Amino acid sequence: MITIKNLHASIDGKEILKGLNLEVKAGEVHAIMGPNGAGKSTLASVLAGREEYEITEGEVNFDGTDLLELSPEDRAREGLFLAFQYPIEIPGVSNVNFLRTALNEIREYKGQEAISAKDFMALVREKSAIVELDAKLASRSVNEGFSGGEKKRNEIFQMAMLAPKLAILDETDSGLDIDALRIVASGVNKLKSPENATIVITHYQRLLDYIVPDFVHVLYNGKIVKSGTKELALELEEKGYDWIKAEVDKH
Amino acid sequence: MSTTLSINKLAKFTTALTPTSLTFSQDVIKDALAQLSSSEFPTTRNEQWKYTRVGKIAAIEPQVKTEYTRKLPKYSIAENAVTFVFENGIFRSDLSYGEVINGVTIKPLTACTAAELVSVGKLAKIEGDVFNSMNSAYASDGIYIHIASNTIVQKKIQIIQILTGNQTVANTRNYLFCDKFSKAEIIFGAFSHDATNSFNNVVTEILVEENADLTIDKIQYEEAGNYTIATENVQQAKDSTFTINTLTLNGTIVRNNLTINVAGTNCTTNLNGAYLLKENQHVDNHTVVDHLTPHCNSNELYKGVIDDKATAVFNGKVFVRKDAQKINAFQSNGNVLLSDNASVNSKPELEIYADDVKCSHGSTTGQLDEEAVFYLRARGLSEKSARHLMVSAFIGDVLEKIESEDVLAFTQKILQERFGWEF
Ligand SMILES: Nc1ncnc2c1ncn2[C@@H]1O[C@H](COP(=O)(O)OP(=O)(O)OP(=O)(O)O)[C@@H](O)[C@H]1O
Ligand SMILES: [Mg+2]
Repeated sequence: MITIKNLHASIDGKEILKGLNLEVKAGEVHAIMGPNGAGKSTLASVLAGREEYEITEGEVNFDGTDLLELSPEDRAREGLFLAFQYPIEIPGVSNVNFLRTALNEIREYKGQEAISAKDFMALVREKSAIVELDAKLASRSVNEGFSGGEKKRNEIFQMAMLAPKLAILDETDSGLDIDALRIVASGVNKLKSPENATIVITHYQRLLDYIVPDFVHVLYNGKIVKSGTKELALELEEKGYDWIKAEVDKH
Repeated sequence: MSTTLSINKLAKFTTALTPTSLTFSQDVIKDALAQLSSSEFPTTRNEQWKYTRVGKIAAIEPQVKTEYTRKLPKYSIAENAVTFVFENGIFRSDLSYGEVINGVTIKPLTACTAAELVSVGKLAKIEGDVFNSMNSAYASDGIYIHIASNTIVQKKIQIIQILTGNQTVANTRNYLFCDKFSKAEIIFGAFSHDATNSFNNVVTEILVEENADLTIDKIQYEEAGNYTIATENVQQAKDSTFTINTLTLNGTIVRNNLTINVAGTNCTTNLNGAYLLKENQHVDNHTVVDHLTPHCNSNELYKGVIDDKATAVFNGKVFVRKDAQKINAFQSNGNVLLSDNASVNSKPELEIYADDVKCSHGSTTGQLDEEAVFYLRARGLSEKSARHLMVSAFIGDVLEKIESEDVLAFTQKILQERFGWEF
C-alpha cells in the first residue's frame, strides 16, 4: 500500500524527519507512537502534501505511484486521507457542500460520474450514523463551533464519506472521552477492509484496545526506532520512552 | 524666470458638455455653475479623494451626443420587469418596456414638469462637490419615480444605464420619492456596450417618507476602461426603512458616494456592499449614515475580494448627533486580498455626540486562510475549488442579505463568468 524509504524532511531549515522507513500493506493497521516533538505529525503532513516541508531525501511509493510528486488533492484522489490532529474551523463553508465537491472531484479524477444529490444525501445519512454525528452538525460550517470531540468525529465522518485506501489518523483519540473514543474506534473498524489500511498516531494504549494494530512503531527523533506488535504499546505505556531513547542515543 | 500657465482642466472639460435643459430650479443650476467656476478636479490632497485619482476622468475629451438610435443588445437584470433604459444619460424609449403600475409614476426627467422636479437638488450637496455640481449643471436625463402613499409595489422595476462610445461623458440624474406607507424595490443596473474611456456621473436623490420601505439594488457592471462616479443622497422620514445593496462587479474606476440622512425616529437603514475586483480595477465606497434622530438602527456590511493589481477603498462614516439617543449603529468592512499586488484602504469612522447609543465598527483585511485551503485540498478539492469555496463563504455574508432572486442570480452568473466562482 505504502512504502516509505529513507525519508528526510525539513521545515525552515530544520530537519525533522531524518531517514524514516515504513511499509504498510493492504488490510493492516499500524500504530505510530512516540514522544512529543518526535515528528509524528510532520510525517502525516508530509504524506498529505503540506507544502511548507522540504523533502531533502527519500521516496514514498503509494500503491505504485510516486506520492511525493502529487499535489495534496491528487493524493486525496488517489486514496490518501489524513485526519488532522487539530482540525481547522472554516466559517461559512458547509461541511456537506464541500464534501460533495470533494467527492465529485475525486470521482471525476477516477473517470466516474458525479454522484446524484439523492445518493449523496443517503450517503451522508449512512456515514454520519456510523460516527453518531448529528445530521445538523454534518451540514454546518466545517468544524465551526464544534467541541473537540465533535471535530474528531467529523474527521472520521469525512473519512467514511471519502472511503480512502489509506487513512492516517493523527491523535484522533486525544481529547475524547471514553464514549466518544468507542464511537470513533468502532467507526474506524467498520470502515476497515482487506483492501485498505490505517495508520493510527497515538499517545495512548487505550485506543489500541479498540483499534487493534498489527504493528506498533516508535518514532523518535525523526526515525522509526523500534517496531513490534501490540505488546510493544503495553510496554511503552508501562515504561515510557526513556529506555528507548537511551537505547537509541547509545548508538 | 518662467511663468506657469495653469489651465483649468475642469473648465475645459465642462465647456464640451451640453448645459442641462431639465426643469430644475434655476438656483440649483446657478449654484452648480458658480461652484464649478471656482473649482478644479479633486486631487489626492483632498481628504475625500485621498486614495482615488480622477486624472483619467479629467483627461477625457468629452464627446457628447443628444440622441442615440443604434440598436443595442438587451441588458437586463430582472426578467419581466418594468424597464427604463438610458444610453449615456439619454432616454431610450425604444429599448424601454413594461406596463403601467398603479400608484407609480415613472418616467424620464425630460418628461417631468418643473413642479415635479422642484425638490431636485435639495439633497445633493453642491458645495465643495465637483461631480454633483457638474451633474446639476449638465444632466441630460435620468429617471423620475414617484410612489404614491400606501402603494405596495409588487411589480419589478429596473433602471438600466448603458455607457457607449469612446470618451463619452454621461451626466445622469435620478429622483425617487416614496410617499408614506409605500413599499418598493428598484434595481439599478449600470452597463456598458463597446465603451472605452467613458465616464458616467450619476446622481440620485431619494426621499423615503414616513413608514415607507424602499430597497435599492445597485449593480455596477461596466466594462474595464470606463469610469463611474455614483452619488446617492437619501433622506429617511420617521418609521421608514431603507436598504441599499451595492454590488460592484467591474469597471476601471468606480466611486460610490452614499449619504443617508436618517431624519426621523424609529428608522431602519441597511447598507450592504460587495465588491469583487481584479486586474487594474479601483473601487472606492464612501458611505455616510447620519443619525439625526433617536431610536434608529443602521446596519452596514461591506465586503470585498481583491485580486491582481486591483485596489479598493472603503470609507464609512457614521454620525450619531447629540439628540440621537438609543441608536444602534453597526458597521463592518471585510477584505480579502487574493494577490500580493492587491491592496485596500479601509477606514471606518464613528462620530458619536449622543451618550446612550450602541455602536460598533470594525474592519478586517487579510488573505485567505491557507490552513483552510490545505484542509480542503487534503480532502480532494482542487486548489481552485478550495479558494472559490472560501471566497464565496466570505462574500456570501453580503449576498445572503439580498432578497431579490433576480439580483442574486445575475450576480452569481457574472461571478461565474468573470471569476469562475460558483456560489
Ligand atoms: N515551522 C516549524 N519550524 C521549526 N520547527 C518546527 C516547525 N513546525 C514543527 N516544528 C518542529 O518539528 C518537530 C516535530 O513536530 P511534530 O508536530 O511532527 O511532532 P509530533 O511527534 O506530532 O508531536 P506531538 O506528539 O506533540 O503531536 C517539533 O520539534 C516541532 O517543534
Ligand atoms: Mg503531533
